Amino acid sequence: MSAHVIELNQVTREHGSPPVRAVDGVSLIVEAGEMVAIVGPSGSGKSSLLNLIGTLDRPTTGSALIDGADVARMSDNALSALRAYRVGFVFQQFHLSEGVTAIDNVADGLLYTGVGVRERRRRAVDALTRVGLGHRTTHKPSQLSGGERQRVAIARAVVSRPPLLLADEPTGNLDQTSGASVVELLHELNRDGTTIVVITHDVELAQKLPRRIMIRDGRVVSDSKDTP
Amino acid sequence: MKRRRTAREQVSALPAKTRSRLLRKDVLRLGASGLKSRPTRVVLSALGIAIGIAAMIAVVGISTSSQAKLNEQLSSLGTNLLTVGAGKSLFGDQSKLPETAAGQVSRIEGVEKTAWLAELEGIKSYRSRLIDSGQSGGITAAAVSDTLLDVTEASMKSGNWFNEATANYPTVVLGAKAAQRLGVVTPGTQVWIHDQLFTVLGVLDPVPLAPELDTMAMFSEHTAIETLGWEKNPTTIYERSSDESVDAIRALLPRAVNPENPEEVEVSRPSDALAAKNAADTAFTGLLVGLGSVALLVGGIGVANTMVITVLERRREIGLRRALGTTRKHIRSQFLAEALLLSALGGVAGVGIGMVVITVFANANGWPVSVPPLVIISGVAATIVIGAVAGLYPAIRAARTPPTAVLAS
Repeated sequence: MSAHVIELNQVTREHGSPPVRAVDGVSLIVEAGEMVAIVGPSGSGKSSLLNLIGTLDRPTTGSALIDGADVARMSDNALSALRAYRVGFVFQQFHLSEGVTAIDNVADGLLYTGVGVRERRRRAVDALTRVGLGHRTTHKPSQLSGGERQRVAIARAVVSRPPLLLADEPTGNLDQTSGASVVELLHELNRDGTTIVVITHDVELAQKLPRRIMIRDGRVVSDSKDTP
Repeated sequence: MKRRRTAREQVSALPAKTRSRLLRKDVLRLGASGLKSRPTRVVLSALGIAIGIAAMIAVVGISTSSQAKLNEQLSSLGTNLLTVGAGKSLFGDQSKLPETAAGQVSRIEGVEKTAWLAELEGIKSYRSRLIDSGQSGGITAAAVSDTLLDVTEASMKSGNWFNEATANYPTVVLGAKAAQRLGVVTPGTQVWIHDQLFTVLGVLDPVPLAPELDTMAMFSEHTAIETLGWEKNPTTIYERSSDESVDAIRALLPRAVNPENPEEVEVSRPSDALAAKNAADTAFTGLLVGLGSVALLVGGIGVANTMVITVLERRREIGLRRALGTTRKHIRSQFLAEALLLSALGGVAGVGIGMVVITVFANANGWPVSVPPLVIISGVAATIVIGAVAGLYPAIRAARTPPTAVLAS
């Protein structure tokens, strides 16, 4: 399997009719183990790019290879499997189920891998411990702070140990302190080998990540990398 | 489209570990948890189904319970009773049975016991001599044989039937309605009949197989001849035989009773009349079941409606599940399971409500509770079918929700 976790070649994505080009000829490569920020103002096509990288959507033209698999040529079922095993998602609004404990929210990350409920819970506890919430497994989202909720969401994204983690404005709904701790957690996960892509409009947040890809009007305007 | 088809072939070639899988148990859990998050809506839309099923089960159950009561009644009363009455002559006049008729009937082979009754014309009964002679209350006077009580399976509500001693005195036994009309409650009361005081010996219970007795004032043979001027012509003969010989005897009766004019004799089987009355009720039950099924249909539409709204509201959740790796098929199963659970919930509640209604109704009427298990099974099966039909379209819509819905604001 290729070492490229993400490989986009002249990818475009058009929406509606008349077509509006949300992603316009993007080519980029992300290697395994990288930590990348995709930065751009709202309406720049970040979300469309996230959908493509996360295999939630297919490109109109060009090719998108995620974890070595050509998204355009795969069936919906195969893409589902790819997401279940190879890609984890973290969202700005957390998207946790209210009224369900942290452990069961995290266990849902394994729901579609056909693992039994006991095993799912066991691994959920591991994941929660990994994000520093080992002591809050039986709390419901309403009993957790924003930062803790985002950690639960991150635990759900990594519980199946996917090589790629996509985070969409992970600190967007958080205050400064909890935002910083979430970024620190992402760094930790990256040190453990997970490839992380953070989509954000927050340049300050992007500065904390080793590689920054700037997007404007659906195109890459800059791609800079810190030299370690 | 073509591209997708070739891709689907790839999937089946994928090893199991790289395929999305959802355990069947988890499908049910997902369906149940979807319902749990909206309890009010669930109760209300399940109620629609419940009312439909309850209505159908109750109607069928009440009908079968009344049938069970009838069967019970018929088996205790027997279906082997035939009555022979004087019909009309060829010229339309009321004919009479010959004096010897009762004796002839008892000589037919297979006849086990007989009784007779002779209506006495012009004999009126009053509570006392002070009552206006026009207010006779529609009570028929009749001379009866001793055996009548036994043959018609009649029972005494109070007092006694005629015996050798009382038969020779001016005594009367009243039918249930006749006693009510005369205002007689206790035996021993005296009533005014044919310008004479008669002592009430007893009062009968209503007689299901011979309802004509209910409005009668009955006298012994001796009293009828001596006091009331009866000419010994019976008007009705009651006969019991073994069940197998009923039809054969029925054919023989007219000729035995009145060999000269057999066509003037009317033979009937009272148990047939009871059964026919019940058959009329069954037709009415069919109508009610039809109404119940309309209620069920409306309930099903309610479930479909609820599910469509649920799917619209939960686009984000569906998108999230797609991002977590579920397939369209899994989403479809989840929402179908939810619809099935919802309507099954209604079905079980409906069966419960229906059973309660049947029990209350049957107890109020003194019927045995009888609900065929098939009715309950088909009731629950109907709700499952309704749930599947009602849930199919919403589930397909849910499955069509694109994964990108998780990010759509």
